[in-house]
Amino acid sequence: MDIIEILFTASFWAAAIRIATPLIFATLGELICERAGVLNLGIEGIMVAGAFAGWMAVYSGTGLWVGVAVAMGVGMLFGLVHALLTVPFGLSQHVVGLGVTLLATSSTYYAYRLALPEVTNPPKIAAFQPYEIPVLSEIPLLGPALFSQTPFTYLAFVLVAVVALVLYRTPVGLAVRAVGENPAAVAAQGLSVTAIRMGAVIVGSGFMAMGGAFLTMSAFDSFFFEMVNGRGWICIALVVFGSWRPGKALLGAILFAAFDALQIRVQQTGFGAEFPYQIFLMMPYFLSILALVAMSRRAEVPAALMVPFNKGER
Amino acid sequence: MRLEPIRNPSVARRVVPIGLALGATIAIASLLASVAGANPFSVLGLILKGAFGSKFAIVETFNRATPLIFTGLAAAVAFRAKFWNIGAEAQLYAGALTTVVLGTGLLAWPSFALLPLLAFVAILAGALLLLVPAVLKTRFGVDEVVTTLLFNFIFLLFISMLLEGPLKDPMGMGWPKSARVVAEARLPRIFEGLRVHWGFALALISAFVVWIIQTRSTLGFEMRAVGLNKDAAAFAGIPVNRVLVKTALLSGGLAALGGFSEVAGLKGSLTLDLSPGYGYTGIIVAMLALLNPIGVIVAALFVAGIFVGADSMSRAADVPTYLADIMLATALLLVVLAIMLTRFRVVRD
Amino acid sequence: MTQGTAEALRLSNITKRFGDLTANDAVSFSVDEGEVVALLGENGAGKTTLMNILFGQYTPDSGTVEVFGETLPAGNSRAALDAGVGMVHQHFTLADNMTVQENITLGVRPLLSLGLERAAARKRIVELSERFHLAVSPDARVGSLSVGERQRVEILKALYRDVRILILDEPTAVLTPQEADDLFSTLKQAIANGLSVIFISHKLHEVMAIADRVVVLRHGKVVGGVRTADTDTHALAAMMMGSQAEPPEIAPGKAGEALVELRGVSTPDIGNAPGLKAIDLTLYAGQICGLAGVSGNGQAALADLVGGMQSAARGEMILYGNVLHGWSARQAVHNGIARIPEDRHKTGTIADFDLTENAILERYNGAPFSRRGWLDWGRARRFAEEIIEKFDVRCPGPETRIRLLSGGNMQKLILGRVLEAQPRIILANQPVRGLDIGAVNYVHRQLLDARDRGAAVLLISEDLDEIMALADVIHVIADGRLSPAFGRGEMTPAELGIWMSGQGFGAGSYHAA
Repeated sequence: MDIIEILFTASFWAAAIRIATPLIFATLGELICERAGVLNLGIEGIMVAGAFAGWMAVYSGTGLWVGVAVAMGVGMLFGLVHALLTVPFGLSQHVVGLGVTLLATSSTYYAYRLALPEVTNPPKIAAFQPYEIPVLSEIPLLGPALFSQTPFTYLAFVLVAVVALVLYRTPVGLAVRAVGENPAAVAAQGLSVTAIRMGAVIVGSGFMAMGGAFLTMSAFDSFFFEMVNGRGWICIALVVFGSWRPGKALLGAILFAAFDALQIRVQQTGFGAEFPYQIFLMMPYFLSILALVAMSRRAEVPAALMVPFNKGER
Repeated sequence: MRLEPIRNPSVARRVVPIGLALGATIAIASLLASVAGANPFSVLGLILKGAFGSKFAIVETFNRATPLIFTGLAAAVAFRAKFWNIGAEAQLYAGALTTVVLGTGLLAWPSFALLPLLAFVAILAGALLLLVPAVLKTRFGVDEVVTTLLFNFIFLLFISMLLEGPLKDPMGMGWPKSARVVAEARLPRIFEGLRVHWGFALALISAFVVWIIQTRSTLGFEMRAVGLNKDAAAFAGIPVNRVLVKTALLSGGLAALGGFSEVAGLKGSLTLDLSPGYGYTGIIVAMLALLNPIGVIVAALFVAGIFVGADSMSRAADVPTYLADIMLATALLLVVLAIMLTRFRVVRD
Repeated sequence: MTQGTAEALRLSNITKRFGDLTANDAVSFSVDEGEVVALLGENGAGKTTLMNILFGQYTPDSGTVEVFGETLPAGNSRAALDAGVGMVHQHFTLADNMTVQENITLGVRPLLSLGLERAAARKRIVELSERFHLAVSPDARVGSLSVGERQRVEILKALYRDVRILILDEPTAVLTPQEADDLFSTLKQAIANGLSVIFISHKLHEVMAIADRVVVLRHGKVVGGVRTADTDTHALAAMMMGSQAEPPEIAPGKAGEALVELRGVSTPDIGNAPGLKAIDLTLYAGQICGLAGVSGNGQAALADLVGGMQSAARGEMILYGNVLHGWSARQAVHNGIARIPEDRHKTGTIADFDLTENAILERYNGAPFSRRGWLDWGRARRFAEEIIEKFDVRCPGPETRIRLLSGGNMQKLILGRVLEAQPRIILANQPVRGLDIGAVNYVHRQLLDARDRGAAVLLISEDLDEIMALADVIHVIADGRLSPAFGRGEMTPAELGIWMSGQGFGAGSYHAA
């Protein structure tokens, strides 16, 4: 099949949106943290934890949405650890982030082994099913691609709008943006820099965990080790690519996912079979690096990103 | 609350928080082990016994510590200059790769010539691999954390490709595994009858060399200055970008030397599970060592001990081995916090 | 002024310690409604600490703050703001990447309320700015504003919250004399409406001009309180400084040969900081050349050029008679240029390096401190000890981390580091900012001595008084352009102020802010 032809199939775009969904959640989460001035490298591990927590909750008998909430809660818990160490104590965001990733990943695997000691093949759950939105899903190409997804995917799109609205149209959003630009300005207006930053990191971490949960509860229906596979790191690149703006980040995630979906399809063509499959698997990572290089000059980095604030420092 | 620097920290101030952090780590691990059904009061003992309780255990711990010293040094050198090399995993594989390419019969050299060449080429490969993120950082301002992380994924796929293609061992029964290196490319054992190889000695020498560079050389002075305050370093005339690139070359080379040591000293061939995350664990080793090269040796032995001990404990008490990773993550976070508390006092405003 | 009847503010027995340092020692005073009280004191006297306590940014170790009879909870800026206390910090607290309106409305509405009511907020900002003649557009990005405009935003921030007691910390430090006059007329208007003002300054003539009453702080203690009507600048100076050393006697310098010549030099703008626009400047041996101007008008570009941090994009720089090709900080150091940077904490020193390491920071790379890439720590340590001895750096020893030194001692180490190399050219960028009077006199003495030994000194300062006292010739810099050289005593402060505001460069090129 020709590459151009692939680009005009609904199933291709449906796959792209599916691939994009976990990235959208996690990118939004990272974006919120970074807008408040905190780089959250815990993202990769928090996604792993979210993937496991949501899936485990449903496996133990809760409803799907309760599972999503559980995942979010677990993510927020790790977010709290990150926030406590990096905000009031001002520890290195690099080191703490990597530590949180390791902590979240290893405790997830530990919990998995405790919960399912004898299992070789992880059990499946009844995952989210596609829901065709009446009328809209009948639009040619766009309908099957965009409006025949699972409700979890729709939630991602709603969340982009909500986050954009909150950031640019509410007092709390203004405070979050300001605390990432100049924390002293926020303190001078009688607001608590610590509370705002910690809140942003905790909420952002919750979203990251939801991104992980999408993998086990909608994209697939089971939990595997290594299933997050660097998606968190890619999301950090996507935040830069999206210039710290929710809309642009959404666009970046979809573009990226489309490229990923494309390489999967090309792999299956006769042309693609001539190359080792690893070449295709490398593409998303190369693409992320390219995106970083392309955007690095133009990006408007929050001025106080990675700058800890110690009240009354002299 | 507010943090206030302490002018002259007392000895207790410098020691107690770190002791508490390690104590808390053990307490948390014991608690988690008891969730898995083990006796919480036996955890520390089981780990210690597993890591240092027998000649076999000690050898195992030393062999685990060897690559960790290299990757720990790689991280310590880079972090000192605030160059965040998270890609030691890829650099380690780069060193392993060149060792396998040149050491499986391509060069029919005697040992005394072949081994130094293999080590040298490995260093070169690791250094070059890290040169890319370093140049992207200094030229384009691209954050090296993300690029080095992503490079790990890319490079492992590259290795996987080679192991299933040109480097595949014809005798490997279909496993993605390279051929074994020739006898001349093997690092001998230090003591007859003990499985500790010269890679460990090389690691100790490397730590010492790095220590000398950091404390005595102008390059070390530059690296520390750039790490502590880039603006002041630039104002004083230190070529910041050039220093960062030199740091990257040194860091990448050290990690790659670890790959050479693993292949030539221990494994003999290259597989995709050559490193169970030594590159990442090296970061923890470096942080626990407070970025001190000599401290890296101690920290690597400590971390290797936890791994080996937890492995043995998991067999004895049926606790999942992931407990070791949890312990390391907890130790990392708490020790970093403790280090801060040795220098700052928490006061209300 | 309105007759103060009601008491707006009372500080009682405020004490605050930082480690061994007592920043405020049982300070008490009060301010009446509609009254302007100046808080006068040298750097380090404890003025800013006291105001941060009043504004709830620090918690005092003891003592209370009462606003209109109500005791404020300690360490709570929110409560202070709600009680009607506003503060304009010396270093503005604004987010550059956000608009004026966003900065002003930040934190005004409850955080968890919906919507920003932007139309209403905008209307109120426009009203306030018209009423108090504080011209600034609500939609402008703060980063694109001049320093004077940013201060207007800070004042609007306070007025927007219906401030009743306004604290101004060194508000004129960054203004031209004319801008300062505008500020005073705005303040008088607000005071007439019942606003109380605490005016922090160390400039006596300003204090006499605007304040009803003066409270003098020295070493953290109140040493006097007088009505301005009952005193004069001499009495205030005596009260402020106690029996401190007199400022150095200044004799004019004798100009020698030209050491540095800039001919038509331009440099690119960097962000909001203007670059140099085709300037000509000559620095002569044995002369102090003062560069006056409001900060952010190209001083940084000139300092970077002379200090080796950047090269001329156009024009040429001539050093000791040779045209420069290729120019770096390291070359500047090795060509005998002593550089005293503007910010000794961020660029002058490395806080976690010890004194030895900071002493050799510029010259570690070569004899006598290193050979073939290996350092001679013994030599370095002796050098640090020499500086400590000669320049009277008060510290436990050369292995002390420089973070633990006071600003004055830090500056002495930097002076020692650069002056020990017998420089022929000295670039002194804000060399006394934030220092107490003793350290100020010391630094000035060193600069004058170096001049008398035949060095060319380029003194960059925002403090016009300092420039006028020390400089043998004065240039004014405004928006990257350089005025002609004025001799000692040739211009009055007001005349220099006109140049500082950008006027005087000839019609056509001047544009109103």
